[in-house]
Amino acid sequence: MAVSVDEAASTGPVRDHTPPARRLGGRGRSVLEVALLTVLAVVMLFPVLWMIETSIKENRDVYAIPAKFFDFKVTLDHFKDVFAASGGGRSTLSVSFLNSVVVAGVSTVLATVLGVPAAWAYSRFSVKAKKDQLFFILSTRFMPPVVVVIPIFLMYRQAGLIDTKLGLILIYAAFNVPFTIWMMKGFVDEVPAEYEDAAMLDGYTRLQAFWRFTLPLLLPGIAATAVFALIFSWNEFVFAIFLTSSDNVRTAPPAIAGLIGGTTVDWGLVAAASVVFALPVLVFAYLVRKHLIAGVTLGAVRR
Amino acid sequence: MSDPVPLTTDHPVRVASATPPAPGRSRRLSDRWLAVAFISPALLLLLAMSVFPLLWALYLSFTDYSATRGGPAHFIWFGNYTAILASAQVHLRALTTLIYVVGAVSLQIVLGFTIAYLISRRTHGRGLLTTLFLVPMMLSPVVVGLFWRFMLDAQFGVINSMFGSLGLGQVEWLTRQRTALFSLIVVDTWQWTPFIMLIALAGLTAVPKYLYEAAAIDRASEWFRFRTITLPLVWPLLLIAVLFRAIEAFRLFDLVYILTSGGPGVSTETLSFHVYKVAFLGFNTGTASAYGILMVLVVIVLTQLYLRYLNKLKED
Repeated sequence: MAVSVDEAASTGPVRDHTPPARRLGGRGRSVLEVALLTVLAVVMLFPVLWMIETSIKENRDVYAIPAKFFDFKVTLDHFKDVFAASGGGRSTLSVSFLNSVVVAGVSTVLATVLGVPAAWAYSRFSVKAKKDQLFFILSTRFMPPVVVVIPIFLMYRQAGLIDTKLGLILIYAAFNVPFTIWMMKGFVDEVPAEYEDAAMLDGYTRLQAFWRFTLPLLLPGIAATAVFALIFSWNEFVFAIFLTSSDNVRTAPPAIAGLIGGTTVDWGLVAAASVVFALPVLVFAYLVRKHLIAGVTLGAVRR
Repeated sequence: MSDPVPLTTDHPVRVASATPPAPGRSRRLSDRWLAVAFISPALLLLLAMSVFPLLWALYLSFTDYSATRGGPAHFIWFGNYTAILASAQVHLRALTTLIYVVGAVSLQIVLGFTIAYLISRRTHGRGLLTTLFLVPMMLSPVVVGLFWRFMLDAQFGVINSMFGSLGLGQVEWLTRQRTALFSLIVVDTWQWTPFIMLIALAGLTAVPKYLYEAAAIDRASEWFRFRTITLPLVWPLLLIAVLFRAIEAFRLFDLVYILTSGGPGVSTETLSFHVYKVAFLGFNTGTASAYGILMVLVVIVLTQLYLRYLNKLKED
């Protein structure tokens, strides 16, 4: 029995395109709709474009009043500042990017290793109070991070995990396991259990059947799920800012936020750092665009 | 372990239906072991990192423990809870949070549904349009917050610059009591409208075309079609999205922290932000824990609603 939501209206096939003959309100209305859509698209995309523009502007143009939209001098100095320190060597920002890669990567691997087998077990076996367990698992993901971080902070202080990458990795893994289980359960449900039954008739054990027949079929789903977990960990801010403080542990989000701490803010640098930080996320999100609905609803809604 | 040649793995289904497996007692037993072995590591991590901390917070909420003062914690039972529930400060934050959640989520529904509806009526470039609209949602709240802070800057922000060239006055977006909360709502709306749009679009494209065709034959008005076909079919899915957003907005912290730090005054201090101040600036760990537990209770109620509708949607 699937806990995930399948087609809301499963009657009839999903049509991907409207037949062009369908003209409800004539040409005038169509033009109006396109215009409205364009305006909305411009409004939604303008901040992103402005961020990119600011990152390649010279400082003089960044603070120009009125703002310069087109005629500005292009420079890559801000990007250089993101990676290289002013006195040579690596900048603290670039260290934080590396930390982010490590923390997000390892926590994603951990969440996947723990979550995928659990999702398979929940999909295949009759577990006591399965639905309640699954709902409980999902609801842990909804706890306000600011509340959870108080006892976690005390716990970590006792265990010596404050200001360590391991501490962040553990909390991010715990934060991604519910998502991984829900998301993966949907993918496992799509693989017929009969494949495993057949393999077992051939003499394989249940575990071998999972390993040799189901798991290979799950790989695309695992990849998509891992990408989302990666994005969540990469973007996470609350735990990072409370549980880490030193430059060689801190991940990128608190490091970038730290750029606005002083009296003067180098917005060009902030913009460049933001672009560098956001680019991989957008690339990854584009790769998993097919699963976006399931991903952003934590695997709860599937299409 | 013997490894027989899998003669029939190319067509496993056929074999399974030809001779259905008759699981014996031993297999069911090993299945149970396998289930336990596969599920328990994940559950243990959740117990250690989610449940145990919450239980600890629950314990602390009955004490006057302070993380900096140290020393033993004294039991004061419901002292923290009564203090919080009676506090005018907390009431103010609850109101701010309510305005924020209701304002942001309703704006997101209206805009998100409008965009989804407009996209669903297009025949070309739907994929590209959807992808473009989704960009804000994937960005980190830190990036979003910082960037809007720059754009909304009273002196050299681009928004005021545009206002200026349109002949409008300058607005102190983030430093005035009235406008700060509004700005927060606008930024959250900007980031999360795509979320509602995405789900509404999924609902809209799943509405079977023949319903519209039947309505067209009956010469039903456009509004009638929208009200009787589109909305009822999309609403269940939209409700899920709305509840999801409401939970997220209720526990929002990072955007407030980056954008306004609760200011000016306390005009944008949401409950989450206030908990943070009590816990990490006031170091009243006991009080903050009680505060947090009360927030968790609200989240649990919302989550239950969410899960119930999710279940209902699944069963339909």
